[in-house]
Amino acid sequence: MSNQQWNLRESYTYDRNVIAEIRRAANTGIYRIRGWGAKRELPTLDDLVFLGASMSRYPLEGYREACGTDVVIGAENAERPVKLDIPITIAGMSFGSLSAQAKEALGRGANAAGTSTTTGDGGMTSEEREHSATLVYQYLPSRYGMNPDDLRKADAIEIVVGQGAKPGGGGMLMGQKITERVAQMRTLPEGIDQRSACRHPDWTGPDDLEIKIIELREIVDWQVPVYVKVGAARPYYDTALAVKAGADAVVVDGMQGGTAATQDVFIEHVGIPTIAAIPEAVRALKELGAHRRVKLIAAGGIRSGADVAKALALGADAVSIGTAALIAIGDNDPAYEDEYQQLGSSAGYWDDFQGGMDPAGITTQDPELSARLDPVIGGRRLANYLQVLALETQTLARACGKSHVHNLEPQDLAALTVEAAAMANVPLAGTSWIPGQS
Amino acid sequence: MSSTFDLSEVSLRELNRSLHEASSGTFRITNPRGAHAVAAGIDADIAVEVDGSVGYYCAGMHQVGSVTVNGNASTGLAENIMSGTVRITGSATMSAGATGNGGLLVIEGNAGARCGISMKGVDIVVGGNVGHMSAFMAQAGNLVVLGDADADLGDSIYEANLFVRGSVASLGTDCVEKEVRLEHIETLKRLLEAAGMSAEPGDFKRYGSARQLYNFHVDDIDAEVQQKVAK
Ligand SMILES: Cc1cc2nc3c(=O)[nH]c(=O)nc-3n(C[C@H](O)[C@H](O)[C@H](O)COP(=O)(O)O)c2cc1C
Repeated sequence: MSNQQWNLRESYTYDRNVIAEIRRAANTGIYRIRGWGAKRELPTLDDLVFLGASMSRYPLEGYREACGTDVVIGAENAERPVKLDIPITIAGMSFGSLSAQAKEALGRGANAAGTSTTTGDGGMTSEEREHSATLVYQYLPSRYGMNPDDLRKADAIEIVVGQGAKPGGGGMLMGQKITERVAQMRTLPEGIDQRSACRHPDWTGPDDLEIKIIELREIVDWQVPVYVKVGAARPYYDTALAVKAGADAVVVDGMQGGTAATQDVFIEHVGIPTIAAIPEAVRALKELGAHRRVKLIAAGGIRSGADVAKALALGADAVSIGTAALIAIGDNDPAYEDEYQQLGSSAGYWDDFQGGMDPAGITTQDPELSARLDPVIGGRRLANYLQVLALETQTLARACGKSHVHNLEPQDLAALTVEAAAMANVPLAGTSWIPGQS
Repeated sequence: MSSTFDLSEVSLRELNRSLHEASSGTFRITNPRGAHAVAAGIDADIAVEVDGSVGYYCAGMHQVGSVTVNGNASTGLAENIMSGTVRITGSATMSAGATGNGGLLVIEGNAGARCGISMKGVDIVVGGNVGHMSAFMAQAGNLVVLGDADADLGDSIYEANLFVRGSVASLGTDCVEKEVRLEHIETLKRLLEAAGMSAEPGDFKRYGSARQLYNFHVDDIDAEVQQKVAK
């Protein structure tokens, strides 16, 4: 940087992002809609560290000794509970928001790793059923593509109340992606900007939800588990009410959670971070005597085995990943840098999932772009990534002396910041201080 | 074959399991006493008759055959119905026929709020009135109301057709009155006949989407300015 520029001072209040957004708004008259999740700095699981075994507890042999990773969901109510080999699932992402190739890659990767995938706001395609050994069927406010035949084909049903990227908001799919097939599946006119319902049409509140769950169980003859997914806003109450309504699992999606298309203002300003949401959900489960019986699946910004292990230590039974799975199969691939630049972005920044122009062929319905993604290769990449997450989780669990990843506990953690200590309810590192408690 | 299930003696599970296992026949259900999810998930060509009033989600996701309720129904009657027929001699409370994809739902009495919400192709005929926010976000199919419609009819509606013989308290956002053409008279005739109700098709008004909410309106001042400069 030349000396001349030393007098240039960027405003903290009006930085370049803020200025660009004001200019964009002034040009278009419409709020910014984008994919990905919250981009601003938030308290995360990075603010926690594990207290590895030492004198008072001893570790397990890192490579050899058994350290279980399996999870069973719905053993109490379902004839066919969901059995996962690893505590990491693939989150709900619709065909429509994703290409058929991307959905296939997710299915292949999940199968190889012994875990489940999930449909999304738009129904189940025959291809995704075929390519996913364990498929969770989302039951959303819009009920796009919802039908009892697919419901009976599902291995679990996930009632979506909300999503971490937008608790209180409905789905969105912009006209570029409402192709003939997508429109037909959703009974919508082609090319419209779809804004899905944000409330369920035939139940309001937890008492109704309890009856809704009974209806769904009756229709599938009590074969499969029922999950309830909420965006993290009031996780203590939402978890308690989901348990009361009879859910087999509660999915709590923190504000970092990804999305295919949502207003930026919603993504960045609604909901609470995952690190703050998990302990609240666990508190509700424990108070109801339901912890470990009703499973807790945490989501939103899970990127590494460290994140998985910390979520489990805070009391989750499993995690769910969206954005990281898309990156694993090829999203934001630097090989497409030229094309990202032509679209006004760059590899590593690309978040225009709503626009349908994804050079990597993942968040698109364009046949030529989609064809770029090889689902077999993509599936292998995802399987490798999931394996790394599982191995990393085991590494940390063994270091803490645990023979199953579910034996991780808050006592294995310390917080690096006062905020993390307060949110996660674990002591600030080097102290026994938990803000608000001691 | 005709069988009777007395819900004061058999459990809901036993009833629905038997209905799901059946491939033909007629079934009578007595003493429903407001039970929920009665005859939900029927997927074979059977005829079910319920003597008495039912709770939530009666005939939910109904796929073939018929369900007749001689009484009233609570929330979500025939929600997400795919085809076949569901008929109720009394009234239904909220969200009757919600998200229905096909088939025919006949409500001889009144329907409460949100009747036909998010409907996706079902035909619904209501002998009496419908409550507020009926046909909210209705995507496809026909809602025929012989009585009146309460406030915000057809809010945010897509391509469904709403026919109301009586008054409409108010139309919801983007819902407008539309011309009744010959094809609509034919539809009305067909549906009234199927429902077994007598009314003059010419007496109905039709409401549907103004299609003003289908796409976001996006300005691009920069492009305009650039064009001017180029000129
Ligand atoms: C492309 C995309 C599409 C999504 N579609 C849905 C959806 O249809 N239904 C839903 O409940 N959540 C949806 N989500 C949210 C995910 O299910 C999940 O909650 C979120 O991605 C988790 O956060 P993460 O992306 O940080 O892992 C979507 C996310 C992405 C990235």
